Amino acid sequence: METSLLGTDSVQYIVVKIGTEQYGIDIKYVDNIVRMQKITRVPKIQPYMKGVINLRGEVIAVMSIRLKMNLPDDEFTNSSRIIILKLDQQSEIGVIVDEVKEVVTLETDEIEKTFYDIKDERTSYISGIGKHKGELISLLDLNAVMPEKEKE
Amino acid sequence: MDVNQYLEIFIDETKEHIQNLNDQLLVIEQEPENKETINEIFRAAHSLKGMAGTMGYKRMQRLTHDMENVFSEIRNDKMKVTAGLIDVLFQSLDAIEGYLNQIQETADEGTDDNEPIIKELNRILEEGTGVTSKPAQEKEQKKEEKTQEADSGAGRFAMKFKDMKLQEHEIHAMAEALEKGSKVYGISVYIQESCILKAARAFLVFKALEEFGEIVCSEPSVQEIEDEKFGLDFSLYVITDEELEKVLQAVRAVSEIEEAVGQPYERKVVKEEKEEKPQEKEAAESGPRAQAPAAKPAHSNSGASTAPAKTSTAGKPMINRTVRVDIEKLDSLMNQVSELIIAKNSLVAISESDGETEKASLGFHEQIEYLERITTSLHESVMKVRMVPIESVVSKFPRMIRDLSKKLSKKMQLYMTGEDTELDRSVIDEIGDPLMHLLRNSADHGLETTERRLERGKPEEGSIFLDAYQDGNNVVIEVRDDGNGIDVQAVRTKAIERGTISQEQADTMSDKDIIDLLFLPSFSMAKKISDISGRGVGLDVVKSKIETLGGAVEVKSVYGEGTTFIVRLPLTLAIIQALMVEIGNEKYAISLDSIQTIEDISVDDIKYVEAKEVIHLRGLVIPIVRLDQILEINKTEEEPQNLIVVIVKKGDKLAGLVVDNLIGQQEIVIKSLGKYIKNNKIISGATILGDGEVALILDVNTLL
Repeated sequence: METSLLGTDSVQYIVVKIGTEQYGIDIKYVDNIVRMQKITRVPKIQPYMKGVINLRGEVIAVMSIRLKMNLPDDEFTNSSRIIILKLDQQSEIGVIVDEVKEVVTLETDEIEKTFYDIKDERTSYISGIGKHKGELISLLDLNAVMPEKEKE
Repeated sequence: MDVNQYLEIFIDETKEHIQNLNDQLLVIEQEPENKETINEIFRAAHSLKGMAGTMGYKRMQRLTHDMENVFSEIRNDKMKVTAGLIDVLFQSLDAIEGYLNQIQETADEGTDDNEPIIKELNRILEEGTGVTSKPAQEKEQKKEEKTQEADSGAGRFAMKFKDMKLQEHEIHAMAEALEKGSKVYGISVYIQESCILKAARAFLVFKALEEFGEIVCSEPSVQEIEDEKFGLDFSLYVITDEELEKVLQAVRAVSEIEEAVGQPYERKVVKEEKEEKPQEKEAAESGPRAQAPAAKPAHSNSGASTAPAKTSTAGKPMINRTVRVDIEKLDSLMNQVSELIIAKNSLVAISESDGETEKASLGFHEQIEYLERITTSLHESVMKVRMVPIESVVSKFPRMIRDLSKKLSKKMQLYMTGEDTELDRSVIDEIGDPLMHLLRNSADHGLETTERRLERGKPEEGSIFLDAYQDGNNVVIEVRDDGNGIDVQAVRTKAIERGTISQEQADTMSDKDIIDLLFLPSFSMAKKISDISGRGVGLDVVKSKIETLGGAVEVKSVYGEGTTFIVRLPLTLAIIQALMVEIGNEKYAISLDSIQTIEDISVDDIKYVEAKEVIHLRGLVIPIVRLDQILEINKTEEEPQNLIVVIVKKGDKLAGLVVDNLIGQQEIVIKSLGKYIKNNKIISGATILGDGEVALILDVNTLL
């Protein structure tokens, strides 16, 4: 559906900055982008979970991608944003990014599959590399980045 | 057309029928001659069969069909109810329930034919009646009914298809078919009045007919029938090579079809020449096949079940969870919502009028109060909508106890009160298993063997009680038995044996603490493991389940006289009264239900017992819990001379939670923290405060 206007073999990505790198997030999982707001700390949870926020009356967990990828902790600036991702119907989660840059459309031939490097944990969070106007965008493998869900 | 949209209704109703059958079978086991009950059972089995057929669940249909046969014989006094028969019937019910569970999960009935049960049913049928040829009997029975109802049947079923307006091309198509040597019949189908899935029945009629040939046209149109835009009958023309009677039989085989009449199509017929004779004959001959249409009990679904009739979105066969809501409750909700809109409008009016500020602010306050009243009553109404009587859970227990009684060969009877006590739907869904466990526990461990009971001078038949009642903001469910009671000494010995506690501990522990050991994981008192209980995955699971529901469980027992398990559950999970407190600069909510008192305590009053902080308060020694340490809050301020301590209780246990500030009492809406946050037992949820900030809710149970 999301690609119906653009043909079947292109995907739209939201390009964000995390640390020094640019990452792409598949737009079909993005529910919302909100400004940085007060995150309520929740004691004794996974270290990379920052806490919870109130998004229009719903309590949503917020995760630090930086900590999850073993990068230095987030520094909140005016351009920090929380991207609300909806991977399936019932579970939303917010991830903190340093900056939201643009939305790009990548054709399949602009995406290069990543080689798998066991030594560096970070590559396993990436599903491919997108090339757009001479810049490289690491495409996040959201299912790998997400924390495991609590069993019901 | 898709039958999936009826799946929800089907599952709901099937459950109802199964429950009904269970109840009635229990009755008939006691009074095998009860005619009324036999009839009731027959009807329920018949409806079950019909519904399974409608939904295309062939295996389920077959099983219910055989059950129905048995009941039909009993009803006609051709055979007697025996204990063996009842057992098989219960097994069949379990098998049907098995199908239903399968359907609920996958929308498919699975592949288990339950052949042994069917064979057993048929064997009993043959033995009981002494006749081997089943079909003959069926016919006979049908004949009987025919004569009974033949008179009423004739006039009601007109051949409406004669009045159908045919299109030119349809007439042409039929003429062509006739020329080719095929046959064309006009058929009018009448659906039973009590049928609620008319469209589904019609669909099955169409499906059945399509097996024989081609449907030329119908009135109302197929689309209208699909949308259920028709009365109790519809007419159609069909091209086929089969005989009329065979086609009609196929239509009648669809359940809840009251009657199907038809005759061969001739060109003249359509043009207003009505032939009275064949019509009458036809109708009389194929007379009523309806087995018990009018007498079918108008069970609760007629009024209340209109709600869940919404179409589920295509794709997933999974079932949405629904609540049947009394229409009155919805009406009152609607009223309150309209009041809410009025209140909103008044507020808008005030904000727009720029009159004198004083007057405006007065009106403003008035409206805010009004608004508050509405939201409170709205809250109440919504709560009521979510409330379900626990009957839906406990009604399966008598059957279970009966089975256990047989299995354990102990005589026992279950007495239940307060089945109409209402609980939140989300609690109802979860409470079944723990209660079942407690009942099994009572039946297996609680009640003594018959000999032992007689020895003790107790009645031979053991009694198990399940009492539910409301107590303030809680619902209490008690499972009580007049059995052996807990042998505290035996538990003590066992615990030492297993190394759960040391000898010294055992000496100092109170009986109550010892009894609480039963709730520890993998602590079983059963001397031998049975398939009913005794594997040690028991009371601890019950306990943790009830605690996740925000409830608590306690035990009272007198050795030799019996045991009582008391389960205490919150009325609802969604909204609670809470005390808001501040620790450091973080805000937390503590459920008011668990708070006993709030104390102002000097640091000097804190004593140490086993290197743990306690306070001595009105004769009680209460351990102190430093929330800031447990919650890992960084505190910058010096500790003040006086501490605010919130005394919380769980059962008989108390603890004092140290907080920095009391904010006040508030009604809070509980929100889940979501699935991504892991294993945080201290925090049971979150709530959103008036200023939009998120505050966490402390689960006091984990701190005690």
